Amino acid sequence: MMSDTTPSIGRWFAELARRQYFWGIVAIVVLLLINVLKDPTYLSISVSPTTGNLVGNLIDILRAAAPIMLIAVGMCLVVATGGIDLSVGSVMVVSGAVSMEFLHSASGSVGDAFLAFGLAVLISAVLGTVNGVLVAVVGLQPFISTLFIMLAGRGLAKVITGGQNTAATNDSFRWLANGYVFGIPVVFILALLVVIAVGVLVRRSALGLMIEAIGMDPKAARLAGVNRRGLLFTVYIFSAVLAGIAGVFGTASVMTVDVSRTGYQLELDAILAVVIGGTSLAGGKFNITGAVVGALLIATLDKTVVFLGVSSSATPAFKAIVIVVLCLLQSERVRQVFRQRRASRPHTPQKEVIPA
Amino acid sequence: MTESLPIVEMSDISISFPGVKALDGVNFRLFPGEVHTLMGENGAGKSTLIKALTGVYRIDAGEIFVSGAPTRLNGTSDAQDAGISTVYQEVNLCSNLTIGENVMLGHEVRGPLGINWRATHRAASEVLEKLGLGRLNPRAPLSSLSLALQQLVAISRSMVSRSKVLILDEPTSSLDANEVEQLFTVMRRLRDQDVAILFVSHFLDQVYAISDRLTVLRNGRFEGEYLTPELDRSSLISKMIGKDLVVLESLDSENAVRDHRHTDAPIYRATGISRRGAIEQLDLDLHRGEIVGFAGLLGSGRTELARLIYGADRIETGSVELRGKRVDINSPASALSQRIAFSSENRRDEGIIRDLSVRENLILGVQAKRGWARPIPRKEKDALVSRYLVDLNVRPADPDRAIKNLSGGNQQKVLLGRWLATKPEILILDEPTRGIDVGAKAEIQERVIALADEGVSIVFISSELEEVVRLSDRIVVLKDHRKIAEVANGPSVTADSIITTIAEEGMTDTSAADDDVKEIA
Repeated sequence: MMSDTTPSIGRWFAELARRQYFWGIVAIVVLLLINVLKDPTYLSISVSPTTGNLVGNLIDILRAAAPIMLIAVGMCLVVATGGIDLSVGSVMVVSGAVSMEFLHSASGSVGDAFLAFGLAVLISAVLGTVNGVLVAVVGLQPFISTLFIMLAGRGLAKVITGGQNTAATNDSFRWLANGYVFGIPVVFILALLVVIAVGVLVRRSALGLMIEAIGMDPKAARLAGVNRRGLLFTVYIFSAVLAGIAGVFGTASVMTVDVSRTGYQLELDAILAVVIGGTSLAGGKFNITGAVVGALLIATLDKTVVFLGVSSSATPAFKAIVIVVLCLLQSERVRQVFRQRRASRPHTPQKEVIPA
Repeated sequence: MTESLPIVEMSDISISFPGVKALDGVNFRLFPGEVHTLMGENGAGKSTLIKALTGVYRIDAGEIFVSGAPTRLNGTSDAQDAGISTVYQEVNLCSNLTIGENVMLGHEVRGPLGINWRATHRAASEVLEKLGLGRLNPRAPLSSLSLALQQLVAISRSMVSRSKVLILDEPTSSLDANEVEQLFTVMRRLRDQDVAILFVSHFLDQVYAISDRLTVLRNGRFEGEYLTPELDRSSLISKMIGKDLVVLESLDSENAVRDHRHTDAPIYRATGISRRGAIEQLDLDLHRGEIVGFAGLLGSGRTELARLIYGADRIETGSVELRGKRVDINSPASALSQRIAFSSENRRDEGIIRDLSVRENLILGVQAKRGWARPIPRKEKDALVSRYLVDLNVRPADPDRAIKNLSGGNQQKVLLGRWLATKPEILILDEPTRGIDVGAKAEIQERVIALADEGVSIVFISSELEEVVRLSDRIVVLKDHRKIAEVANGPSVTADSIITTIAEEGMTDTSAADDDVKEIA
């Protein structure tokens, strides 16, 4: 249905349509359209007369997408190595707990905000190192290693806060999540900057190639001299640090860490975002842009569910349905059915182009 | 060989891929009860023709007749239904299942309670018996067998599906002489049961030993079909490559003894190195500009020793001196930084990274050596890649193509390029010429000699003893994970003399000698 329009809209669009995350973009558009059907002014963005900031549902979505973007990008790299990081949600809550606990007893100065942020990132990096040790040195399966941190992390957060949902006040810290620069939420700008930095780092250095190599064929990569252990360390620490920043964003918006809710099940959102973005869970080729699109879709979906008034008990099912449909659209087999119905072009082999 | 009706006839087959005409009007006939060898260089279209016959590729023009009836093969299941089964270059079996389960996979004997495993295994052992493999225990795990025997298991599987046509694409590339003989026994038995066998091999001796008929392809075109006795080797080769090459002369010559005496201090000296289950304690010296051959049967420890030198496996005892200094090489990365490179015999699993491009595969070694934080500048990268693609004559010389789409010989050249780009001082080549055609083989051999002349210390490992003898300055003979001899090459050294050395060593255990089912421990 959608694909019928592709030829007319030019080359750029055709190029885009070939990308794995194309359907993610389509899904975002469709969800927004549904919202518009319910409320024609849904997409409108206005300038708040008092603060000069942009206000609107789209802005809310961007704000909500920021933490997911961060953990999805980290997850994307981990998945590309052939692993998975189930601990990101728990790393978020630990990071949040540490920063809140620190700010609770500190003054409200800018310096303290920085310190809280630094502490949160530091503790996240430590947790990432534990993941790295378990995966790269001990050689446990990533699923089990990170599952362990996933369970232990939330416990650790409770220990840090003494079981409380610690709240604190620090305007600079709060600004991170709720402030605006040029009318755009700081949190989104920061997330975007971090993501771009990661993307540039990965693609400009040889990190991307190395990660793909160990994800595609660990044996061959090792014999080619690729330092798998070091790379796995790097990637798991990366993922945890990004989750730590996401944790700061998540808690700073309400200046409270909710030890049972902060980051809860966000690892699943991140995995979904990665898959929607066209990175195979089998490892190998990865797509950071795709992961960002996936994160935006998850955020849009969350907002849509609330906006449409789907009851909270039905929310997970609704989300699941949207994602299953999307994954079906992306699957090679379903695409082939579409292609065969559309095309009358002669058959050309898909694989192994050059004869041996 | 009865001149009856062909079981398979492919006439005027053409297949095009974007930018390449892979097959152009090729004819091919296969008669029941014959072994028919498909000959041609890498990229001549052998694999493409086979894939057309197995339904992997659809043909653009031409017709395929199976048992006289025009047949469309749109997928591998069509081919299987038509009684055509294939054993591929690299074995595709389930190594965690038993031998019997592998033989009977998909044809298990069913009873009222699901699969009757006892009957299934009995049927499997009948099939194995029929092919002269009665020694194999169908209940043993497949992984306990050597690669060679696994291949024979794969062939027996096609017996179970009652194939009329059996395609063996390079079945011998990883076998030693004994195992090849065993394979040929199986092939002859199948032939006597009127199975038509399509065989592909790069070993001329084997081709002449087993085949009844030859079809030669060149550059996707049909060169001709011949009865094997009517076509001598040199005319076969010139038909394959389309011209008489002087290089080929040197291929047949005796050892081109490169009169090199290496008395300088060794660049590499290992003392008493060992690893349990892989190599028993041995000493080894490597000199600059020297080619050292490792000779021995498959499973003798050739590869294991190479992996120890490269740090792919850890040395458990003994010490290593490099350029006079004690070093600890405990990973491929550390070996590379010491300018040691190792090209694995297992091109598919330990060599190329299939889904990466030619360029990425080529630069991977250098990049790994530099570390991820120091990417090779774009310009330098392009220069490096195009230099090696041209230098090693990789075809097609397209750096952006996925390497899995190149032929085996060209993949091997890219890998060689990967290692050369790291500027190694010690280069270990494990079976660099396996499964590639005469032309590419000659190119690689010449390159090896040129490298040694430039001062690179080379370890050359090959199942083809003739090749080892021809190239090496010194030959380390291995047997049962031990070094049993070290001989300086000379006119008196021949493949036969090496074999004698191996055979006569420890003559007391004669029982092992006639145990032709050699299993890798």
